[in-house]
Amino acid sequence: MKLFRPTGSEPLWKDEFSIHIADERYVSRRQFTKFLVLTSLGMFAGNAWILVRSCFSKTPAYSEKNICSANDVPIGGVWLFRYPTENDPCILIRPDEDTYVAYSQKCTHLSCAVYYAREKNRLECPCHEGYFSIRNGDVLQGPPPRPLPRVALERRGDIIVAVRIETRKET
Amino acid sequence: MDERTPPARKHGLTAIDGALALIALLLIVQMWLLTATLDSYLAGHHEVVLPAAIISGVLFLICAALYLFVRRIDAEARNVREEMTRSGHPPV
Repeated sequence: MKLFRPTGSEPLWKDEFSIHIADERYVSRRQFTKFLVLTSLGMFAGNAWILVRSCFSKTPAYSEKNICSANDVPIGGVWLFRYPTENDPCILIRPDEDTYVAYSQKCTHLSCAVYYAREKNRLECPCHEGYFSIRNGDVLQGPPPRPLPRVALERRGDIIVAVRIETRKET
Repeated sequence: MDERTPPARKHGLTAIDGALALIALLLIVQMWLLTATLDSYLAGHHEVVLPAAIISGVLFLICAALYLFVRRIDAEARNVREEMTRSGHPPV
């Protein structure tokens, strides 16, 4: 190695560091592009997974279930029950003499339990103040993205019977 | 890159930047599409699932095509560098 470098020659660091900056830019962009494309593949895989789930999902067959006697629920009162399975809490409401409505008790936002606010005649979720209509389960206010699933009821004599779940789409 | 960098390399880097920006844009659309599809699926709108999957697949194919374009530009840039190195004028 020479002690003194001749004037006009390349600086010493270029001899010792033979890295081409421009090439490094190329490589980093190429790697980043590859990462983005793989992420894009992941997004497509997610959509495909939803498609497969949609193709193989079956319409559930609901069994009928006796909930309670009509007189068990006072006017303006509620009756809690579970339908169609023991993991699905529901709420039956009797807003007036001859009207019985029932909904899933899980808020469609984050599955908190909704309760009946009698003075305002609506279902309320205490977690994020999501309000639902008592008439059809529509969202009145708050973050819930969908109406509450409604439990279809039939009255057989004095018995209130749950027959199926009606999942309504957003309006 | 300085003035010794050949125009082909500068143009190549610009092309890669453009492709990269386009891929990022398409990826954002895909992310939105996935979340919107999932929300619709959970709401019972099963009719949107198939078109969303097809569109997402098309977007992925466009991204893959852009990646192949980037790889081709990159290969050309490397060839230019190797030729310059062989000729005794390595690029900076």
